Amino acid sequence: MNVHEYQGKEILRKYGVTTPRGIACFSVDEAVAAAEKLGGKVWVVKAQIHAGGRGLGGGVKVATSMEQVREYADAILGMQLVTHQTGPEGKEVKRLYIEEGADIADELYVGALVDRETQKVVLMCSSEGGMSIEEVAEETPEKIIKIYVDPTEGLNRAEAEDVCAKIGMPAEAISEGADFLAGLYEAFVKSDASLAEINPLVITGDKRVIALDAKFNIDSNALYRQPEIVAYRDLDEEDANEIEASKWDLSYISLDGNIGCLVNGAGLAMATMDIIKLYGGDPANFLDVGGGANAEQVTEAFKIMLGNENVEGILVNIFGGIMQCDVIAEGIVAAAKQVDMKVPLVVRLEGTNVEKGRQILDESDVKLQTATTMADAAEKIVAAVKA
Amino acid sequence: MSILINKDTRIVTQGITGKTGEFHTKQCLDYAFGRDCFVAGVTPGKEGQEVQGVPVYNNVADAKAEHGVNASVIYVPPRFAAAAIDEAVDAELDLVICITEGIPVADMIKTRDRMRKMNSKTILVGPNCPGVITPEEVKIGIMPGYIHKKGNIGIVSRSGTLTYEAVHQVTQLGLGQSSCVGIGGDPVNGLKHLDVMKMFNDDPETHAVVMCGEIGGTDEEECAAWMKENMTKPVVGFIAGVTAPPGKRMGHAGAIISGGQGTAQSKIDALEEAGAHVTLNPSEMGSTLLKAIS
Repeated sequence: MNVHEYQGKEILRKYGVTTPRGIACFSVDEAVAAAEKLGGKVWVVKAQIHAGGRGLGGGVKVATSMEQVREYADAILGMQLVTHQTGPEGKEVKRLYIEEGADIADELYVGALVDRETQKVVLMCSSEGGMSIEEVAEETPEKIIKIYVDPTEGLNRAEAEDVCAKIGMPAEAISEGADFLAGLYEAFVKSDASLAEINPLVITGDKRVIALDAKFNIDSNALYRQPEIVAYRDLDEEDANEIEASKWDLSYISLDGNIGCLVNGAGLAMATMDIIKLYGGDPANFLDVGGGANAEQVTEAFKIMLGNENVEGILVNIFGGIMQCDVIAEGIVAAAKQVDMKVPLVVRLEGTNVEKGRQILDESDVKLQTATTMADAAEKIVAAVKA
Repeated sequence: MSILINKDTRIVTQGITGKTGEFHTKQCLDYAFGRDCFVAGVTPGKEGQEVQGVPVYNNVADAKAEHGVNASVIYVPPRFAAAAIDEAVDAELDLVICITEGIPVADMIKTRDRMRKMNSKTILVGPNCPGVITPEEVKIGIMPGYIHKKGNIGIVSRSGTLTYEAVHQVTQLGLGQSSCVGIGGDPVNGLKHLDVMKMFNDDPETHAVVMCGEIGGTDEEECAAWMKENMTKPVVGFIAGVTAPPGKRMGHAGAIISGGQGTAQSKIDALEEAGAHVTLNPSEMGSTLLKAIS
């Protein structure tokens, strides 16, 4: 699960990490009132969407008067903000964050994530603030210094101070820098984050260390014990089909193509997308109905796929293990009665009770083609969509 | 021979009184030597009960003392599952297979750290995996037993149904499997591709290996680097997720391309460089295997 920048900063402050003061707003008037409340002479008007690259897309502006705060808030709120992470259609800005200006002397980078190889949390620290860490890793990997944190010992103070110096913090800021890293690590662990990125971390003119931006991803398996973070969820930032699918315990991700696919199991679902592409088609979604889907879930899955106006054909690929093919076949027949199957349908069943399943499909009046192998299925659906 | 499990393995099922635990215990009891192998169950507070004729104990240590179990399979709900692994590790079992999906990553970091610090000899498979099967001997997990056949092909995979697809294709060719290992789809887990590949390389009954990988992490690359110097048997590789967009979690918690790492292409390149027979077509894992071993 993702959260907004201002929410990420709330998490950070809870663990003693310094951020600029700021107020989240939903209207232009609120934005002006927020700037007045913050006081000072410089304010930053920041679009709040779940995507990086907001500044380059015109979603972050520095204002030096109340008129400018109003002007920028008015321009940014409601805009379709396009960044490298939003896709060409962009995302509508519905929330703003008004923040006090910071006196920036230097911009650094720190990020925390789980290192799969060592099975520890790793802090990635770099002198190259403001740049994408992928780019730094690609071009100047020596500028990234990693701290692997022992899960029982926690962050080692001496190591943290040493790394702060290595990434270019001035001597006066080192102690505060180590506090910052300790706070970030604690925020990461206590909030069950899978990613926490501060880019940039700023050294101010008076040698303070503050988080100018904050990006948090939270482990969705741990949300049951993170009620405060669940309250941060912003449905406006999520794909409507993905929200609908999650209500039915279906794992769904929208893609750009025109062939919907319904599969049991995540690996097989990816493999099905891949084989559609291999045979010249384009998958419209990833959809894993899980190990024990029932007729109702299959019906909802069809509704979601058919609700996507790009979908011109559907491929069902089920390898029945625990899930029995006859149950899936009944689900397909039931779904066809409830929803208008307006596009070609190819069904490939294999595994437990496959004969019974095929028989149910053959004897029903649902218009579909059956297939034996994955290749056969992909070939048939691609041909049907192109016809 | 086989790897990890055979008809002499003695197994305790943790979470046996739950719906999932009981259902799969029955399936496993009914498979080959299952009735000899599955000797005990554990659910705290339910000692004295029986599930499908299997006696239930309050904890793993008691089950081990009574029945000499050396392996466990876990169907405990996600929020208690890491503690269940810890318990099996403390009882010094040889093998723990955790089927449970949805364990918080932070819990698994602690459990794995604990295992390392106590120099545990316990091998962990999973979590979020279908389990392990040695065909016609014993099945520990949720895979459909009947698609398997005893033979000489080792299968290792991060996914459930994609493994069944690979197994089915191998069986359809008239070949069979030595053992099949589902290592699971979570980012922090026990055995990795590399560990299982080494076991297959050392197992005289395994003549070739089918390896199904997927996007996310660098396990396949690390396995490939080892294979390049050490693997003596043909390997067929398939990597799922060529069409998966970056930054999106594809069902499995670990199946995500992030920071430019974990792409299917990087894994395919690494495997090809290691001399594996990589197919881009998941329908051709079987036929690629035939070519590789002929």
